Amino acid sequence: MTWLSRNLPYLVAGISVGGQYALIAIGYTMVYGILRLINFAHGDIFMVAGIIMVYASASMPIYVSIPLVLILTVLLGFTVERVAYKPLRSAPRMSVMISAIGVSYLLQNLVFYITGGLTKQYPALPWLGDSVTVFGVTTKRVTFVTPILTIILVVLLVLLIKKTKIGMAMRAASKDFETSQLMGIKINSVISTTFIIGSLLAAVGSLLFFTNYTGVSPTSGAMPGLKAFVAAVFGGIGSIPGAVLGAFLIGISENLIRGLGWTTFQDAFTFALLIIVLIFKPTGLFGEKATDKV
Amino acid sequence: MKKRIFSVMMSAALAIGMLASATTMAATVKIGVFEPASGDNGAGGKQETLGIQYANSIAPTVEIGGETYDVVLDIVDNESSNDKGPTAAAQLVGDGVSVVLGSYGSGVSIAASDIFREAGIPAIGVTCTNPQVTLGNTHYFRICFLDPFQGSVLASFASENFGAKKAYVLTKLGDDYSAGLGFYFTKAFQALGGEVVSETFLEGNMDFASYITTAKNEGCEVFFAPTSTEAAALIINQADAQGLTIPLLAGDTWDSNVILNAAAGKNVQIYVTTFYQEGGNPEFDEGVKEFINSTSVNLANNGGDDTVAAVTAMGYDAYFTALEALKAAGSTDAAAVNEALWGTTYEGVSGHIEFDQENGDAVRDAAFVKMANTETAAWDFVAQQTTADID
Repeated sequence: MTWLSRNLPYLVAGISVGGQYALIAIGYTMVYGILRLINFAHGDIFMVAGIIMVYASASMPIYVSIPLVLILTVLLGFTVERVAYKPLRSAPRMSVMISAIGVSYLLQNLVFYITGGLTKQYPALPWLGDSVTVFGVTTKRVTFVTPILTIILVVLLVLLIKKTKIGMAMRAASKDFETSQLMGIKINSVISTTFIIGSLLAAVGSLLFFTNYTGVSPTSGAMPGLKAFVAAVFGGIGSIPGAVLGAFLIGISENLIRGLGWTTFQDAFTFALLIIVLIFKPTGLFGEKATDKV
Repeated sequence: MKKRIFSVMMSAALAIGMLASATTMAATVKIGVFEPASGDNGAGGKQETLGIQYANSIAPTVEIGGETYDVVLDIVDNESSNDKGPTAAAQLVGDGVSVVLGSYGSGVSIAASDIFREAGIPAIGVTCTNPQVTLGNTHYFRICFLDPFQGSVLASFASENFGAKKAYVLTKLGDDYSAGLGFYFTKAFQALGGEVVSETFLEGNMDFASYITTAKNEGCEVFFAPTSTEAAALIINQADAQGLTIPLLAGDTWDSNVILNAAAGKNVQIYVTTFYQEGGNPEFDEGVKEFINSTSVNLANNGGDDTVAAVTAMGYDAYFTALEALKAAGSTDAAAVNEALWGTTYEGVSGHIEFDQENGDAVRDAAFVKMANTETAAWDFVAQQTTADID
């Protein structure tokens, strides 16, 4: 029992941060699934959502600023796709990736300019930010809310993809980009929808993440973004359940490693795990098999 | 990379400004300000720079060898980074400064030390407390106390005031200041018969939940975290979230309104050691507050309110120490200033300043201990500790 009460806080923290990584990872994996593009700007969109919240909450009540953050983040994701990726639709994939890196630095530098390079304190959200004690673990309520909310959002997303018309269009586009276009699928609106969903989930993720870890700086998106990307690769990039599972695994493993006292090696271990999985399953846990077209 | 582009642009703008001013003024002497304005220590660096700027606004000219010189501050951003610091330092060398002030943060001062040494330019460390900064060189001076002293003060404070037998020490990997102060605290605390649990965190880490859990699990009685203010805010937040009731102890970096704002309204106890206590010199406090409130830029650089940070007082003293050295040297030549610094003394707002003749460290034997008042969001004076107290 004492063993459990000693180690439960690490596990709870791991599950929580895993849920936050999952919400970001979905954005990576969906965009990759359809465009075969690694959207390097995704972590920065997550960070910008945090910054918007900092400024919004300073001038308006919480129940206005939260929807505003979601809307503005979605708008940002949509605009980035329209301005930086759409004109390059027929260009080699490498060009789009370079464009994504450009957007990433642009967003970081903009925030750097606005904040003066200093870390901004994230506002304390009522209810979510309160301390609670469950099973002897004292932490913020957001820690327990995160995994539940993540699961609900993922189930909704899977339903959207499996049951709706736009979901069917997304699946078709991810199977074969050109043929789906020939079949009359409006590919641009499918891609926009993908970016909108990805950005929305990143915004929700930022609300949860920064409520727990309350400092937003221009580079705050880098580490969570990288971990979420790793989670997406880990689970098999393109697969939503894979990304979610990968994110939880990474979140839990890095916190358990800290619990064992090897704090210095937490990231090394996470990335070593990635290498091992990729050696045995090169396409990730749930990755699609590469089929050679003749 | 992105920061570099930004800093290149900034420095280009600055250089143009310098050229423009150089053509209009007759005799000028340049004092380099080598401070972080971004990165982990950006908040503290800006406050230290404010002290220097305030001092410059009070004494914009200096009498050197019978001639009046205008003092021009050449401010560069070392980005709190050991890789980028030397570039900023090289820029000061290129601008031909007579003496350099800074930096906030020991690591970046050590990283830039060789650049100044090779150029023969003396530097005055303002609040870099790691012994390595001045050890074994003749060009780096400093006006603050050192970490071995600060570590002993904190260790004896922990054991005497809280009766602590077990301490948790959290330091940042690759940060000279953090690792150094953690080391000296550990040494002093163990010498007092205490036990230490130490852990490290990496650059960019935001998740301090597990560290707090470990401190609780191990039954530690004090939590010592010599970290940047950026990490500090996150640590305070997590400590409150997990209901950590043991006192948080830290060194001079935590003496910042970033900490006060993070702790406001939370159930945490925070104690820090520092160089200056607000109220120590009411005249200075009043003047600097007026200066901070005079423009919105200054106010933003001080973190949005007019709490006087100890580093601001130290920056102020450093500027006047540099002026004393310039006067004594009787020339703007860097080598002459370096020579003159050994004998320079100054009565600053933070106390008497003179340098020992071995490393050029300030002869200081007193530190203030302050506690963060979570209701008023201000520092409460706790004690003044001197060398005599800790022996």
